[in-house]
Amino acid sequence: MHMNKILLIIQREYITRVLKKSFWISSLLAPVLITAIYAIPIWLAMKDKEVKRVEILDLSGLWKKSDLVDKEVVFVFTTGKEQDLKMLFASKGYDAFVSIPNDVLTNPKGVHIYTAKNIGMSLKESVEKLLQNKVRHELLLKAGISPQIYESTQVDIDSKTITVSTDGQETRSSSGGAMILAGIMGLVLYVTLLLYGSQVMNGVIEEKSSRIIEVIISSVKPYQLLLGKIIGVGLVGLTQFLLWIVLTIGLTQVTSKLYGEKVKNNLTQIKQIDSGKQGSLISKSEEESTMSEVTKVLESTNIPMVIAAFLFYFFVGYMLYSSLFAAIGSAVESATEAQQFTFIVMIPIILSFLMAQYTMQDPDSNIAFWASMIPFTSPINMMVRLPYGVPTWELILSMVLLVLGFLGCSWVSARIYRVGILMYGKKVTWKELGKWLFYKE
Amino acid sequence: MILSVRQVVKKYSDHLALDHIDLEIPRAKIFGLLGPNGAGKTSLIRIINQITAPDSGQIIFDGEPLSAKHVDQIGYLPEERGLYKKMKVGDQLLYLAQLKGMSKSEAISKLKDWFIRLDIKDWWNKPVDDLSKGMQQKTQFIATVVHEPKLLILDEPFSGFDPINANMLKDEILAIKERGTTILFSTHRMETVEELCDDIALINHSRVVLAGEKAEVQNRYKQHIFKIRYLGNLPLELKGVEVLLVNGQSATLKLSAGISSNQAISQIIAHVDLLEFQELIPSFNDIFIQVVNETNAYE
Repeated sequence: MHMNKILLIIQREYITRVLKKSFWISSLLAPVLITAIYAIPIWLAMKDKEVKRVEILDLSGLWKKSDLVDKEVVFVFTTGKEQDLKMLFASKGYDAFVSIPNDVLTNPKGVHIYTAKNIGMSLKESVEKLLQNKVRHELLLKAGISPQIYESTQVDIDSKTITVSTDGQETRSSSGGAMILAGIMGLVLYVTLLLYGSQVMNGVIEEKSSRIIEVIISSVKPYQLLLGKIIGVGLVGLTQFLLWIVLTIGLTQVTSKLYGEKVKNNLTQIKQIDSGKQGSLISKSEEESTMSEVTKVLESTNIPMVIAAFLFYFFVGYMLYSSLFAAIGSAVESATEAQQFTFIVMIPIILSFLMAQYTMQDPDSNIAFWASMIPFTSPINMMVRLPYGVPTWELILSMVLLVLGFLGCSWVSARIYRVGILMYGKKVTWKELGKWLFYKE
Repeated sequence: MILSVRQVVKKYSDHLALDHIDLEIPRAKIFGLLGPNGAGKTSLIRIINQITAPDSGQIIFDGEPLSAKHVDQIGYLPEERGLYKKMKVGDQLLYLAQLKGMSKSEAISKLKDWFIRLDIKDWWNKPVDDLSKGMQQKTQFIATVVHEPKLLILDEPFSGFDPINANMLKDEILAIKERGTTILFSTHRMETVEELCDDIALINHSRVVLAGEKAEVQNRYKQHIFKIRYLGNLPLELKGVEVLLVNGQSATLKLSAGISSNQAISQIIAHVDLLEFQELIPSFNDIFIQVVNETNAYE
């Protein structure tokens, strides 16, 4: 019977929120933004790939047609006088005109690029890069160093981090990728604890200020209403996570399908050009290495464990904070009046987010350890530590402490709540709240 | 008795809200719980609704000690009442009815009946925000009665109602009483008490200072004042009868203790032709003020 009533309350809290426009706006907007963050640079990069035509006057005679291959620029050798050519290239349909002096090896600053209009840094950079590669190549040869030797000195150190546990088991790990994963999880927890905690508070204020509260608690116990509301709003939060994940994956899939072919073509083009070049200095694109880092983390972390821990820390951490937010909501009659009290609940959330920055830098430090044990800071900080690897006993201890913390907070909150919801027209002080703890039922 | 309140005490940190309250509320009657503001009415109502618990004392509901299972058999319309503003009328009533233990299908069919009865058929999908105050009050009333409680507690139900809606509410309350429901009224509107209540209890300073059946209470407080209409000249000197006021061919008289109305009449008809002889029953307003003042003086 009682269970049924709590279910009814959960249902109402859930449905009224999920049917709100604002829920769908935030559910849709976040994945769109995330996809845009991925897609726009790619789109811009591809848009830029429109080929530029450049006329080149090489007085040094060092460059051959095969040296000047670029994915974005087509070079056309020309002869004549610089003074004439620089006046005419635009009318011949070129975007730029490059003149190379015959003493370019000793006077590299003598290169001039003439452009019809301001065509941006990227053209300047690709022209410079091509010229520079050739000049270096020639200078190395002159100094008696073969390009092969030079190339063999261009070593990229890409170390593999390996976590060794006490029993000698080795797992490949990646601190860069772990940091990304940790950062994302910490941020999501931080935002959602604040967001859904204050939603619970506003729900309580709404019931109190609209005076429906007395009717409701003549049907159910205050703790049932409180529990139903907290669980209902929490489920809204989980629904939003789920929507975010599904929509983000879906949208990125669609976008990469749309762009996929073009991107692939571009990549092969780049590879061909790179391999065709002598002494290419172009390193792997940054995105590629980030992706491989993330893949490494995903390989080295126990994904089901991380997801389970994330859900645990979200739900219990959320219950802890939202019960405190609810207590505040019950004590006041308007959202503005609540402000004087909300800071006390928000401080630990903000503090744990700040501590998480240290935890990320040094996940095995004392600060990180304690931050991931104390119930108020542990949800964010333990999730930040987890991708780096945490001993099982620490994880279990932290979870037990969080549950105990939740029980303590909910006891305090429930006692304030049951008195607060029926208290009108009284200016509430901290002292008053303290007294409510010891009121009889 | 549907409800017996026995020696109930409730103390808040700074004052005693209920001081050994005893009340007997008979079944299928309208019971008026009267008292000035702050006398303790709301504290008592909250205890009956199990919103709070008494410090000591006992409450018997329908023959059993009051417990959580009785919540569904009580309907409560608080004085300060509200609704979820963003919810639709129908959804809201359905939710409140289900919280009182009704099944969804049962609640829907009963609500539909009430919507027809109160002539608000097309409100189901209206958000509460769009309702006028009177419309909201109808909605709140339905929420209070839809689960057909054995005991209906109405705290100042008429406050804010326009005369038409107030009349409709009165008729509904009487109809509900006919169906065997007990109604506990908390009010300080004495005209409502005189019109509707069968029994009353007056609470002042946390104590019951007056209780009983309405006519019996009025009897207790009558002051032997009579109004007469006559033809002729009424002498001002009558034995054991004080003439308080003469106004043309009518007068107000007060009979001394020990003088029966028959003795008074026989004196009067010796002088004038008596057309009408009527006892003035004290109004509840007078009784209320008198008792409250007496107990205040006693405090």
